[in-house]
Amino acid sequence: MKMHMLNKRRIFRKGILSNRAAGHTAATVSISILSALLKAMATVACIIVAVFFIIRIVPGDPVKMILGEHASPSEIIQMRHSLGLDLPLGQQFVRFLHHLFMYGDTGTSIIYNVSTRTLIAERTPVTLLLIVMAIAITIVVAVLLAMIAATHKDGLVDHLIRIFPTITLGMPVFWVGLLLILVFGVWLHWFPVGGTSGGLFGTLYSLTLPAITVAFSQIPSLVRSLRAQLLDVLGSDFVVTLKAAGIPNRVILFRHVLRNASIPTLMLLGVNVSYLIGGTLVIEQVFGLKGIGSLLFSAISSRDFPVIQGIALYCAVAVVLINLFIEILSGYLDPRLKGDD
Amino acid sequence: MLLLLVSLAVFAPLISRYQPAAQNLADILRPSSANHWLGTDQLGRDLFTRLIYAARTDLRIMILAEILPFCTGIFLGMLAGYYGKWIDALVTLMTNTLIAFPFYLIVIVVAFASGAGERGIYITFALVGWIVFARVVKGLSASLRKQEWVASAKVLGLPDSRILLFHILPNVLPQAIVVLMTDMVGLLVAIVTLGYLGIGIAPPTPDWGTMISEGQTFIYSKWWLSTIPGFAVVYTGIALSLIGDGLADLWRRK
Repeated sequence: MKMHMLNKRRIFRKGILSNRAAGHTAATVSISILSALLKAMATVACIIVAVFFIIRIVPGDPVKMILGEHASPSEIIQMRHSLGLDLPLGQQFVRFLHHLFMYGDTGTSIIYNVSTRTLIAERTPVTLLLIVMAIAITIVVAVLLAMIAATHKDGLVDHLIRIFPTITLGMPVFWVGLLLILVFGVWLHWFPVGGTSGGLFGTLYSLTLPAITVAFSQIPSLVRSLRAQLLDVLGSDFVVTLKAAGIPNRVILFRHVLRNASIPTLMLLGVNVSYLIGGTLVIEQVFGLKGIGSLLFSAISSRDFPVIQGIALYCAVAVVLINLFIEILSGYLDPRLKGDD
Repeated sequence: MLLLLVSLAVFAPLISRYQPAAQNLADILRPSSANHWLGTDQLGRDLFTRLIYAARTDLRIMILAEILPFCTGIFLGMLAGYYGKWIDALVTLMTNTLIAFPFYLIVIVVAFASGAGERGIYITFALVGWIVFARVVKGLSASLRKQEWVASAKVLGLPDSRILLFHILPNVLPQAIVVLMTDMVGLLVAIVTLGYLGIGIAPPTPDWGTMISEGQTFIYSKWWLSTIPGFAVVYTGIALSLIGDGLADLWRRK
């Protein structure tokens, strides 16, 4: 028995690590982590600049937007001054940076008169929970479907899964949400149609439908990628060897094939995280959830631009961090990826 | 499929007897009937008429908004892929930065900041839409650069601009067009989403997004008001991606 386990391990190692070059020591791994870290920091710096300038380069004056078209010139000048918009651009940017590094926020909300950090932090739990649930549903469903499709190639599920992305590509997330509300909320009464109810269970329950909606937009592309990867790995030499060694199919599939196939899919998920967060913001609006999305829309309708900047900044930095994490994680999952750069 | 849709959109005034904005308050929220194929909305406007007029608006904006990012994306992608080095680094940094912002977040913010409506949509996609093309074209032209015939063209003394325009461009264009088809679907969905959120095309101009959001109020009783415009979007999406797949197959076989 022990011998068998040992053999299995060895075969498995060979499969995943056969291409590993001799020079890949711990030092090269940490260097590539370092370079990923540096890249992420450069991106964050650009994000900060972009967030500062986005309100200023696109046509339209925030002060006029706040006060309306009929504001008197003196009001406009006063507002400009209180927001610091009358300073030269360079000085404004220094002030913006100073605020960012001292307080970790993008200034004070014009409407609520509190720090944007506080405002966003208040709304984060709902959005974060929704995103985590959506990712969990996405991964579980995508792995299941891809496995069925790959193990029963050219079967019914396989064919359906291949047609699926073509159909879902043109489905607006909010419309999918509406359909789900209609079917499961209005017709079947399984789920509440909006808002969150009290308690942890109540919150989870009322977030289920929105989370499914967000997951729905992610699943097709992930399934397609994972299916292709699974088929690729299933056809490789080491799987044939494992099969020849008499290891049960189920073990091969879950322990060896899935691990190898998951890496490119994980990276795709990293790319999609940005879409996923964006979709979540929109979906909150459909389901009437009090998260960051609804804060964004109330900030937009009241022209509260520090809040808008704050949301943009935090979301973008979150995306960068998640991608950094995934990059490091896939480095651990597959040492072959290291040293490719 | 697309042909049917486009002809419906183009010949909308001939097909429908109603005006898209014509209200008939005596005939509101009617279900499907012989007079109104898909019923009427809360202001007594014919749903089918609005649907095909909305196809006009949305498809026109979709195509117009895609032109500029398509060209800039190919241009920047070719430069970055062909020259590499600092141009590549700059373009990569720009794409990484823009990609970090959740797509809908940046679309919503820019569309809002540049003023809701059609103009906002054009500005938004001119700003963010080029990334997809730049990435694809960059990879392709970087691999083309390493090929022998490009090197020999250089040895022959052809200027870079000539190589890029007459030799690289024709080779990257097919792939870019395939990407264009899928990207148009995403763009259409974004236009509709902006309309739904009230920062896209302003009513009373018919748009599938605003139709869905107006219909949402009546989801309990008149469910078709909000679902049918969505099917129009899905239909367009399928048509476009099938064309994309078809083109990809065609070029792959060559």
